[in-house]
Amino acid sequence: MEFIKPGINLDFVGKRKLAFLLSTIMIIATVLLLIWRGGPNFGVDFSGGVLIQIKFDQKRTPSEIKSSLASINLQDSIVQEFGEEGQFEYLIRIRHTDIELAGLGDKVKQALVSELGQGVEMRRVEMVGPKVGKDLREKALFAIFYALLFIAIYISGRFELKWVMSIVMALSLAFVVYICSSFGMTVTWLILIALVVAIGLCWFLKLKYALGAIIALVHDVIITVGAFALTDREISLSIIAAILTIVGYSLNDTIIVFDRIRENLKRFRRRPFEEVMNASINETLSRTILTSTTTLVVVVALFILGGGVIHDFAFAIMIGVIVGTYSSIFVASPVLLVWESKFAKGAKGKINSNK
Amino acid sequence: MSKSLSWRGVIVLFIAVMGFVYLAPSLTGDLPAWWSNLLPRDKIHLGLDLQGGMHLILEVQALKAVESHLERVVEELKLDLRKSKIRYMEINRIGSDRVSVILMRSKDAKPFMDMAEGNYPDFELKSVSGDENQPTFQLVLISKARGRVMKMAVDQALETIRNRIDQFGVSEPDIRPQEDNRILIQLPGVKDPKRAMELIGKTALLEFKLVDEENSVEEALKGNMPPGDEILYEISIDRKTGRQAKIPYLLKKRTLLTGEYITDARVQIDSRYNEPYVSLSFDARGARLFEQITGQNIKKRLAIVLDKKVNSAPVIQDRISGGKAQITGRFTTDEARDLAIVLRAGALPAPVVIIEERTVGPSLGKDSIDKGFKSMLIGGAVVIVFMVIYYGLAGFIADFALVLNILFIMAGLAFFGATLTLPGIAGIILTIGMSVDANVLIFERIREELRLGKTPRSSIEGGYGKALVTILDAQITTLIAALVLFQFGTGPIRGFAVTLSIGIIASLFTAIFVTRIIFDYLYVLRRMKKVSI
Repeated sequence: MEFIKPGINLDFVGKRKLAFLLSTIMIIATVLLLIWRGGPNFGVDFSGGVLIQIKFDQKRTPSEIKSSLASINLQDSIVQEFGEEGQFEYLIRIRHTDIELAGLGDKVKQALVSELGQGVEMRRVEMVGPKVGKDLREKALFAIFYALLFIAIYISGRFELKWVMSIVMALSLAFVVYICSSFGMTVTWLILIALVVAIGLCWFLKLKYALGAIIALVHDVIITVGAFALTDREISLSIIAAILTIVGYSLNDTIIVFDRIRENLKRFRRRPFEEVMNASINETLSRTILTSTTTLVVVVALFILGGGVIHDFAFAIMIGVIVGTYSSIFVASPVLLVWESKFAKGAKGKINSNK
Repeated sequence: MSKSLSWRGVIVLFIAVMGFVYLAPSLTGDLPAWWSNLLPRDKIHLGLDLQGGMHLILEVQALKAVESHLERVVEELKLDLRKSKIRYMEINRIGSDRVSVILMRSKDAKPFMDMAEGNYPDFELKSVSGDENQPTFQLVLISKARGRVMKMAVDQALETIRNRIDQFGVSEPDIRPQEDNRILIQLPGVKDPKRAMELIGKTALLEFKLVDEENSVEEALKGNMPPGDEILYEISIDRKTGRQAKIPYLLKKRTLLTGEYITDARVQIDSRYNEPYVSLSFDARGARLFEQITGQNIKKRLAIVLDKKVNSAPVIQDRISGGKAQITGRFTTDEARDLAIVLRAGALPAPVVIIEERTVGPSLGKDSIDKGFKSMLIGGAVVIVFMVIYYGLAGFIADFALVLNILFIMAGLAFFGATLTLPGIAGIILTIGMSVDANVLIFERIREELRLGKTPRSSIEGGYGKALVTILDAQITTLIAALVLFQFGTGPIRGFAVTLSIGIIASLFTAIFVTRIIFDYLYVLRRMKKVSI
């Protein structure tokens, strides 16, 4: 059986302007959405507070639950239904961080029992103090940053045999981060600056493959965060794990396309870069679609059947697989092309003049 | 060729058998006796999110330990000064890093400086300009000593908490220090989180103080506190109404005896009221002190103070020798038992604050396992069917590799003693989707080679050869992401990173090495003419 017939030649590269437009719109929409919402919707892991998952033996309404929390002054908590229908499960979120958080789970239980009777089961309590939340937030950002950095180093070294250059890049990046952090910048700004510097360094050190890969990864991460903001989901620790997995997965796709481009560049030295690139994407298309399908199948199974706790995690991976597949075709490779056309004017005039 | 083939077959068979051996204890509860004696019997560890339990991070208020260290230094200084006949106005702790000393005579300044420099090497002596006749000094704790006091406080807190938990009886607790004076505690399967938290978080500083019966509590409450006194409260809760009552006591500030001399604490039942109480035994020194105190204060009230709350204030009837005391109160048996545990294990050197708590009920954990495995089975089944439809016999071979892969991941978890968490199950599910990727890459390459008109044998060789580099590149980058994840994550996230890493390595082995053996067998040894791919 075959989905993609051999010898197929869709004009992906020609559609790159449209793709750039689409990606730019999605990224701008994400940024606007985040500004409008006042930043990402962080879960208790990062914002501090208490999350309680409870199960009743009969149907209750969120407002009923809220009002029974009035006796301990927590009536302004967020209560919502959770998980499958008919399980009578609810999530209670307490965002205050100025109250005594330890032992709050027990107080909530007592309040619920005294108002609504004995049929309450505490299924999960997660309490994170404000200081821990801040620590975790910083750690998570650094984790994403380091993952991107190491991957950039690996790609530059592996694809262009520029191990020295990539180490130069890593060191100068570490230097910039060090200087900025000594000025007492917040981690969010630090990471933003580091990313801009990393992309700039890739550009000037001519690490074009790393450049394409990093831009594609940042693209995927931003859009996944945007999808979370749009569907009003919380970003928790496990979502960070999902995002890092997406980074790995999307890179997987990108590398396979890049590998083919490199191989074909050696084989067809005379053909224009654009054509070689398009052929490479087409040759790997069958594999790209097949792997994305099998991965999507299992993730969708997890999304539907995995239960409430893992639901958002599966959602993140689902978005990531779709966006990652798109970006390895429509973002990573075209970035290579943009770089080539800028630099090729001087160095490789031939490739451009063939157009 | 056939020789290398059988060797490769033996390797795979060996690893598969080892996989089964490591996995068997997790699959079945009752293994034969000879098995347990010879072979591994550890089950796969389940994370707290799967088996239920409690995860706590405590912060030791180490600054408080430094402050009480300084308080002790103040007392020592007073003793030393008296011994050296140096007269002082006052000696006080200031903040959490220094002690201030004001002397009465200017001629004492020199001997004081000599004494301080000799006896207190942990401090830097600073002379503060002030009255000529009252030389004023500050002893500033040097940062190295300060760090040492804080570290000791954390170490001691860790030890004490470990003792308490051991006596409380939790199977396989995990207690370890973390940076920033924090302690991580994981208690699998704890039934009563509230009780465990109280047991762990209680400072358990036991003090015996005299009640000041010459002055009135009412006056002191109005603000006329007699010098050297303090007010502490007894908090009693009415069991029926749940209402709290606070009874103030006027106590002498000086602590006569603390819990550090306790050698044993047990729960006993009062035969008259059938109420539990805690009986204490002091060591020799404590017993002597206790005898002295009771002997000198007959008919006075001695308050038993636990963590700055008055427990009770009985009247001393007679001199008590033998080093035994009782703490009564309206305890439940559990409360009395927990109190005995904390008194036996000793007080925490500094208060602790719970800064992170995650509790998962056992039923939720079981639900998560059930649902996780259900989605794994269904997702896996769809992928398996899909591969056979798409690739025919080759797809079947890839499926075989996939099943072997899952076996290896599970066995790997058991072998490394890693912990399976809910995100870990998600990691395995994800590996199912991704591990066929290597085979897809190889098969697509083989198809390309076949289209060029090559023989099955050389197509297979070409396909594997060309795909290998790509597969390695792609998997190594995922591995990088997994390793970063491991470095940064805790608990469930770490479990995810571990399963993902094991999954990547196992899938490299099965998708490249194992499938190749089958292909070689079919098309090299058996010389099958048509490739079903």
